[in-house]
Amino acid sequence: MRKVEQALIIRHREIVPRYFELEFIAPDIARDALPGQFVHIRVTKSLDPLLRRPFGIYNVEKKIGSVTVFYKVVGRGTKILSDFHTAETLDVLGPLGRPFSIPPNLRRAVLVGGGVGIAPLVYLARVLCERKVEVMVLLGGSTSGFLVGRDILKRMGIDHMVSTDDGSEGLRGRVTELLEKIIDRKRFDYIYSCGPEPMMARVTEIAQEYGIDGELSLEEHMACGIGACLGCAKEVVRDGRRSFAKVCTDGPVFKIGEVVFRA
Amino acid sequence: MPDRKKKERLPVNLSVNLGGIALNNPVTVASGTFGYGHEYEEFVDLDRLGAVIVKGTTLEPRCGNPPPRIVETPGGMLNAIGLENPGVEVFINEHLPYLQQKGATIIVNIAGNTVEDYAALAGILDGEEGIAGLEVNISCPNVEKGGLQFGTDPEMVKEVVAGIKESTKLPVIVKLSPNVTDIVSIAKAAVTAGADALSLINTVLGMAIDVEGRRPVLANIFGGLSGPAIKPIAVRMVYQVAREVDVPILGMGGIMSHLDALEFILAGATAISIGTGNFVKPDIAQQVIRDLENYLEEHGIMNINELIGAAIQ
Ligand SMILES: Cc1cc2nc3c(=O)[nH]c(=O)nc-3n(C[C@H](O)[C@H](O)[C@H](O)COP(=O)(O)OP(=O)(O)OC[C@H]3O[C@@H](n4cnc5c(N)ncnc54)[C@H](O)[C@@H]3O)c2cc1C
Ligand SMILES: Cc1cc2nc3c(=O)[nH]c(=O)nc-3n(C[C@H](O)[C@H](O)[C@H](O)COP(=O)(O)O)c2cc1C
Ligand code: FES
Repeated sequence: MRKVEQALIIRHREIVPRYFELEFIAPDIARDALPGQFVHIRVTKSLDPLLRRPFGIYNVEKKIGSVTVFYKVVGRGTKILSDFHTAETLDVLGPLGRPFSIPPNLRRAVLVGGGVGIAPLVYLARVLCERKVEVMVLLGGSTSGFLVGRDILKRMGIDHMVSTDDGSEGLRGRVTELLEKIIDRKRFDYIYSCGPEPMMARVTEIAQEYGIDGELSLEEHMACGIGACLGCAKEVVRDGRRSFAKVCTDGPVFKIGEVVFRA
Repeated sequence: MPDRKKKERLPVNLSVNLGGIALNNPVTVASGTFGYGHEYEEFVDLDRLGAVIVKGTTLEPRCGNPPPRIVETPGGMLNAIGLENPGVEVFINEHLPYLQQKGATIIVNIAGNTVEDYAALAGILDGEEGIAGLEVNISCPNVEKGGLQFGTDPEMVKEVVAGIKESTKLPVIVKLSPNVTDIVSIAKAAVTAGADALSLINTVLGMAIDVEGRRPVLANIFGGLSGPAIKPIAVRMVYQVAREVDVPILGMGGIMSHLDALEFILAGATAISIGTGNFVKPDIAQQVIRDLENYLEEHGIMNINELIGAAIQ
């Protein structure tokens, strides 16, 4: 069930410049949160900036009722958010959106993430492992220090490979090249992806070429986050017909092939 | 009514009459910001609201504008949704039953591109049970008049409203656009043609530019500004119109608290709508009702009707 909670911040750290990990206590949200869902956060009690900011769920600790998000400071709202301290409270709405689905007989999944888009895949990886699915996470980042989620994956003992734009770690190049390199050998039966749109467009091509199903998580500017304003429309193809879907409630997770990417 | 054990309080009367629509309290939720009610299921008891005004409904389904459709601006937002809606038939079959079952006071917002569209919609909805009234969005292009907005021309307003009144016995609230030079003349035209109430304001036409990309942010180029940024414009227009017409007014534009609501009521509004505020605080409407009630109690005002237009000089 969706809730608004006044969430107590218990951890807020700048991991590398402009990338923050934020953990807060929101027991109702933590109880119901599924991988792929997001929270919608008010970054001020004043009326400017007015709208909430959406962030994917990066981790959940059900025992203590905490939710963690991982975000990058890109503008005014995220800058204001980054100034919150431990022991302060945040107004959080969630969990929102359609989660990743986990096909019943899934055995081997590959998760492909770029930049801060890796965030929701980390929670997914954890849940898949708990369900005994074999998981490989492919992480793409600009440079070695900016590989979102690598430490937590290491800690949880989840298999992962990396690519960096500058070659400072792992494969030099794009994370989709990494996917192409291993996809032949690994016989994945499902692909999950989140990151920049050109990356997901390429993931779609590769998935279709190899005939593997999967899901993508999209972003769009949002107002309500709960399906009421119709502001977050994205073009999708369903049953061969083009239409607009709401990223907040029809998504953010969509099936590979449903999403129309513009060049 | 919640039971109050400690403090003996006299019940205050929040009920108002909006042109023949009896409302439990003056707090309604604005068209296009509250979907069809079910979106807010966990946050608001629909029967507690003065009324639920549903998303703009057209005769045929509309797919709306391409994205991006919204952009945040200082103290507000621009939207160019493009009246995306499933059409009146789907509304009646799939959304109306839910609202009826929840006991909501239902006002249907209608939109069209010809005088006939509006009249046909009014006729179709007239026969449906559980609808308390119609709100007519006249900020739509008239395709027969080269796309000029109905709401900008008194003669077109009269024609549309008269056509609707002939097709329905339901109370008709005409929703005015602020994007005109003389809102009072438009208001008078609507009343002359038989409007039972007026609602104002719809969004204020605006735009935002992506400086890096050197192009408009919205795919539609222009959008409607809503939220706290437009409140002073809205209050001013309600005040101007309230002084000049005799029908009740549903006031809206940037309401985020009971104090904002009271500004509109003091300026002459009988009831108010909360729009963009629902996006920020999904339970805001119910909170505003509670706060209004407390305000009246604290100020010893027994009946909210005493405050309507009380600030008009
Ligand atoms: C479902 C979903 C999940 C997301 N998960 C994450 C995450 O885990 N980590 C992370 O760092 N970011 C995430 N984002 C993006 C994040 O919401 C934006 O970076 C943030 O809203 C920017 O706010 P700002 O005020 O700093 O930027 P500004 O550019 O100043 O914001 C102006 C407006 O644009 C909106 N906006 C700007 N960029 C985006 C964007 N990429 N997506 C949606 N709205 C945007 C803002 O919400 C705001 O309304 C997610 C977005 C969505 C839709
Ligand atoms: C996303 C959005 C969609 C809207 N859709 C409609 C609509 O379909 N019909 C209509 O008459 N007004 C529509 N409006 C206008 C609102 O009902 C209201 O008049 C306006 O937003 C001002 O109130 P606010 O500042 O409280 O939002 C819409 C507003 C927003 C923000
Ligand atoms: S953000 Fe309002 S419908 Fe998706």
